[in-house]
Amino acid sequence: MTHLPYIAAAYALGVAVPVTYAVAAFLRMRTAQRRLAAIDPRANRPGAGARRQAR
Amino acid sequence: MIAPPPSERNPGRSLHRFANPGRFLRLSGAVLPWLAVSGAVSLAIGLTWGLFFAPADWQQGDAVRIMYVHVPAAWLASAGYFGLALCSLLSLVWRHPLADLAAVEIGPVGAGFTALCLLTGSIWGKPMWGAWWVWDARLTSVLVLFFLYLGHIALVRAFDDPVRGYRAGAILALIGIVNLPIIKFSVDWWNTLHQPATISFTGAPTMYVGMLWPLLLASVGYTLVFAAIVMARTRAAVMERRMRVLLMARADEVAA
Repeated sequence: MTHLPYIAAAYALGVAVPVTYAVAAFLRMRTAQRRLAAIDPRANRPGAGARRQAR
Repeated sequence: MIAPPPSERNPGRSLHRFANPGRFLRLSGAVLPWLAVSGAVSLAIGLTWGLFFAPADWQQGDAVRIMYVHVPAAWLASAGYFGLALCSLLSLVWRHPLADLAAVEIGPVGAGFTALCLLTGSIWGKPMWGAWWVWDARLTSVLVLFFLYLGHIALVRAFDDPVRGYRAGAILALIGIVNLPIIKFSVDWWNTLHQPATISFTGAPTMYVGMLWPLLLASVGYTLVFAAIVMARTRAAVMERRMRVLLMARADEVAA
């Protein structure tokens, strides 16, 4: 394969950028979900489990 | 006088059906896993196909494989900015509350993909043009787009009152949209090193079909992943806002 270092660098960036953003977004979402469930009184009502994250 | 049907009386009102944070969280919670998985699968197939199975170019050799990362990133840099401007319009005209949050969350992701476009373009340019960078019209206009993203990111966070930041960012985003046609037509309006478009909505592609399919798959994959990232960030922002409201209410109760 010609120009291998250039191709490898481009693909490494092409994978690293979306993966970094995706992991950061997932962690942020999970943290927000957990913290909200801890302080939201509506999330602790009986039967609210399925709707907890929607509030 | 015959009254128009309710859906036509106020177009802004129908948009507000989707402004309810609870409804948004329910809908996005159902859509997000499908969006993320289908995006990751399309992207993995597209990139693997492009890297190992697509043919090399008769002039550029294997360096043409950089196209499967660079072209989708370039498309998303512009499409992301269009989304940012659309959210800004919804925010300014209809005061759509989720549009503000979505605009704030699109900015950093769009900036990342614009940086990816610039970096992979530079990596492609070195073996093909003999230079990492040239002040070519296409490259320069994409660099301006990157600065517009950075300006938006800084501006929406520059005010103590977030609503003022949203308004200022929305105005910047709407002014900056003038750069999108400049990027698109820069290769036609000026003599540039950058090649003209090989795929258009109106004409047949001038690309070998064995290269076109992996490019389309990678583009669809990157687009779905981009949408999933923005959706996840917006979900987090909605929950963080609700948390702030609850904590403020508690603080007020304690103070009273």
